[in-house]
Amino acid sequence: MIANEAELRALMTAGLNGDAAAHRALLDRLSRHLRAYYKNKLARIGRSADEAEDLVQDTLMAIHTRRQTYDPEELFTPWVHAIARYKLIDHLRHTKATMTDMPIEDAADFEAQDDHAGAESALDINRLLARLPEKMRRAIRHVKIDGLSVAETAARCGMTESAVKVSVHRGLKAMAAAIAQGRTT
Amino acid sequence: MKTDDLINLLSTNVEPVDRRQLRRSLGLAVALGAGGALITVLLALGVRTDLHEPGVLAFLGLKLAFATGVVLMASLLLTRLARPGGEHGTRPILVLLPFAAIALLAGLSLAHTPSTHWEAMIVGDMWLNCLVSIPTIAVVPFAVVVWAVRRFAAPTNLAWTGAFAGLAAGGVSAMGYALHCMDDSLPFIALWYGGTIILCTVAGALLGPRLLRW
Repeated sequence: MIANEAELRALMTAGLNGDAAAHRALLDRLSRHLRAYYKNKLARIGRSADEAEDLVQDTLMAIHTRRQTYDPEELFTPWVHAIARYKLIDHLRHTKATMTDMPIEDAADFEAQDDHAGAESALDINRLLARLPEKMRRAIRHVKIDGLSVAETAARCGMTESAVKVSVHRGLKAMAAAIAQGRTT
Repeated sequence: MKTDDLINLLSTNVEPVDRRQLRRSLGLAVALGAGGALITVLLALGVRTDLHEPGVLAFLGLKLAFATGVVLMASLLLTRLARPGGEHGTRPILVLLPFAAIALLAGLSLAHTPSTHWEAMIVGDMWLNCLVSIPTIAVVPFAVVVWAVRRFAAPTNLAWTGAFAGLAAGGVSAMGYALHCMDDSLPFIALWYGGTIILCTVAGALLGPRLLRW
C-alpha cells in the first residue's frame, strides 16, 4: 500500500492538468479508501455506518471542487487525509457528538483501507440539481452528465464558452455546499 | 445517489486547474483590503496635516514598516493554512517577529527617557481614537479576506485560519490608520497598534470556525 502515494499523486497531477480518465481513476480509488475510513471511524465511536456514504460523497465533492488547494510540491496523501478528517470532525460536531472519542490517527491509516460496498447515499442528484439556478443546472446537465463539450453546450444554451465553464464550476460548488448542509441537518 | 454516478459527473469534461489561483486570490484579497482601509482613512479621517514637520516622516515610516511586517507575515501563514493540512509544519510563532521588534524599540525608548514622561509617551493624545479606529477599519478587509478563503481555499483549522485573516486585516487597517495618527512615540505604537491588531486576531480566531466552514 506504500506505492499508493506515488500512484495517487500521479493521478492527481494528471487530473489537475485536465486528464479526465486519471481524475476518474483517482476519485474511484479515493472513494474506496474514504468508505473504509469512514465506516471504520464511525463504527469505532458507535455510530451507524449509514452515515459513511454521505460523508464519502461530501468529501469527493470537496476534493473535486477544492482541488486547486493541492500543492503538487507536497505529498498527496496527507492532503486527502486532512480533508477526510476535517469532514468527519465537522460531521460529528454538527450532529452533536463529542470529539473526545476521536482516536489519534495518521495519514498511513487512510491509505491502508479499501472498501467498495453499499455505495449509495440518501441524496438525490435530481433534487440537488433542481435547487440550482437554471443556467447552472443546464450547464451541468450538458457538460457533466450528458458529456457534451463546452463548445457544444455554449452553442446550445446561447452562452459563451467561458460562461459555461463558470456556470459548471459555480454549480458544482453550490451542489457541494448543498451536500455538506444536507448531511448535517 | 450512487457514488459511482457522482464520480461520473465529476470526471466528465475535466478542466485543467490553475495552481497559482489560491496564492494569487489570497494576495489580491489582502491588497484589496489594504485599498479599502486606505480609502476609509482618506474619506473618514483624513491624512495628518503635520507631515512637513521634522521627525514626522520617520515615525510614519516606522508605523508603516511595523504594520507591513504584520501583513506580510500574516499573508504568508494564511496561504499555508488555506490548504488542507496546512496547519501542520507551519510556525505561527513567526508572526510575533514584528511585535517583538516594536516592543524592543519601545522598551529602549522608555529606558532612555525620564519616567516622568512615560505616561505621555504610552497613553498619547489619541489612544481612544486608535483603539476604536483600527478594529473598525479592519472590518472590510477582514470580510474580503474571509470571502476569498471561503471561495478559493480549504482550511482544516478554522480557528487559526480565522486568526490570521484577522491579523492580516488588523495589519492593513493599521497601515491606513498610520496616515492619520499623530501620536509619535514608540511605546504608543507598540501598545495601541500592537494591542488593537491582536484584538483583531482574537476576533478572527473566534469568528473563524463560524465563518470559514466548508
